[in-house]
Amino acid sequence: MIEIQNISKSFRNTQVLFDISTSFEEGKVNLIIGQSGSGKTVLLKSIVGLHEVDAGNIFFHGRNFTTMSFKERKEIRKEIGMVFQGGALFDSSTLEENVMFPLRMFANMSVEEARERANFCLKRVEVENRNNLYPAEISGGMQKRVAIARAIALNPKYLFCDEPNSGLDPRTAIVIDNLIKEIITEYNITCVVNTHDMNSVMEIGDKIVFIYQGKKWWEGKRDEIWETNNVELNDFVFASELYKKIRKSKL
Amino acid sequence: MNFFFNLGRYILLMRRVFSKPDDSREYFKAIGKEIVFIGYNSLLIVFVISFFIGAVITIQTAYNMTNPILPTYLVGLGTRDSMILEFSSTIVAIVLAGKVGSSIASQIGTMRVTEQIDALEIMGVNSASFLISPKIIASLCTFPILCLLSMVVGIFGGWIAGEFTGAVSSDQYIYGIQYMFIPYYMVYSVIKSVFFGVIITSISSYFGYFTTGGALEVGQSSTKAVVNSTLVVLLFNLILTSILL
Ligand SMILES: Nc1ncnc2c1ncn2[C@@H]1O[C@H](COP(=O)(O)OP(=O)(O)OP(=O)(O)O)[C@@H](O)[C@H]1O
Ligand SMILES: [Mg+2]
Repeated sequence: MIEIQNISKSFRNTQVLFDISTSFEEGKVNLIIGQSGSGKTVLLKSIVGLHEVDAGNIFFHGRNFTTMSFKERKEIRKEIGMVFQGGALFDSSTLEENVMFPLRMFANMSVEEARERANFCLKRVEVENRNNLYPAEISGGMQKRVAIARAIALNPKYLFCDEPNSGLDPRTAIVIDNLIKEIITEYNITCVVNTHDMNSVMEIGDKIVFIYQGKKWWEGKRDEIWETNNVELNDFVFASELYKKIRKSKL
Repeated sequence: MNFFFNLGRYILLMRRVFSKPDDSREYFKAIGKEIVFIGYNSLLIVFVISFFIGAVITIQTAYNMTNPILPTYLVGLGTRDSMILEFSSTIVAIVLAGKVGSSIASQIGTMRVTEQIDALEIMGVNSASFLISPKIIASLCTFPILCLLSMVVGIFGGWIAGEFTGAVSSDQYIYGIQYMFIPYYMVYSVIKSVFFGVIITSISSYFGYFTTGGALEVGQSSTKAVVNSTLVVLLFNLILTSILL
């Protein structure tokens, strides 16, 4: 369970986030949706403390993250896995080393144990027999999957994914969506996913938060999207002819 | 203003760099990698430029010493002192600022813009310390060695050049390089090279670490790293020389 209260964030003179409050339950897929540039990445990075918020509070299971010291935050960070928009794999390390990295750093495991766990995670995301390749040598979809493997290596309580399926073909995108869904229900993880992919919304979204120009414009369940009168949300969700048609047939 | 902003941020960064490491195993591994990267991979360029500069100094000194009263062994002495006092520390450092500095800045800068540094931070790793301190430690180990090797190779280059061009005979040269030898000059040079190593790696890391934007900015950071570390090397050369000599 993550709760955010009245978060605001600006860079120099431009305010990006305006007074956002919401909560994310565990074992559910919480989606943050919004147009490119609406502030999704900034919101996600603010929640995990990669950006310092100007105002507001963030609670990880009741623990106030915003007022914590660097040391206390470090403890929570070990419970967090994050998949970045570009994958952010360490490009001078092999895939196996990438997944082993957090284990070697924090889990007090021997090399063998860490390797075993890394292989388990790689298998979980269906990247096998590629342990000794470098990130540049595999496809974008596979990079995303390895990034997920690295994020779940330490059995995180919280998983954040920034557009895990952007730039991927529809089939691979669905594979990744389903993978995230499975993993978080399996381990009861509190998960927040940024996306502007409507397929993800319809496939895996349990709770949806719509960000518009840095403000929380709408939130609700997936099915409620079909019936909402929120103009901006409708413009965003039903931008394509396909979704317009689907809605027509639904209503 | 800009200068003070950068200086302040540099000092704050260095404070994070030298805080306690999270895991010593990973650090030792990283230091090993950096020693290869900074030291071993620079051997060839240091050898080549030292050899040729040693050779050129010998030939030029010989041709400029037209006064028959001056003994030719002074050519050896000239080459030796030029190499030891200035070339092997300062000029080698400037060359390495170009080679090592630019690659450090672009490596760390790329990690910044592709969110790899964020990925480290989110795992709870002190990214500044993890990425930068192994480089600084590796430069502490490798720069003095490169400096000493450069002296040897440069003086050797002078010997070969003197021999081949007939500018100075082998006996005279070898007598010259031993004549009035002051060991402290080598100490002075090695001390300078230690400072230069730290200057180059830390300033280049700084510019890489605070890169914002994309590939274009990584290139700009790399240029800034080379220009600024070269300037600071020259400044410290002046300061250290006035203190040490
Ligand atoms: N470090 C920063 N400094 C200044 N402005 C920033 C910074 N990061 C983001 N912004 C601004 O914040 C706004 C929101 O950016 P953000 O990256 O959160 O968008 P996004 O919703 O993730 O878009 P996309 O879907 O394209 O990833 C943008 O206008 C951007 O210019
Ligand atoms: Mg984004």
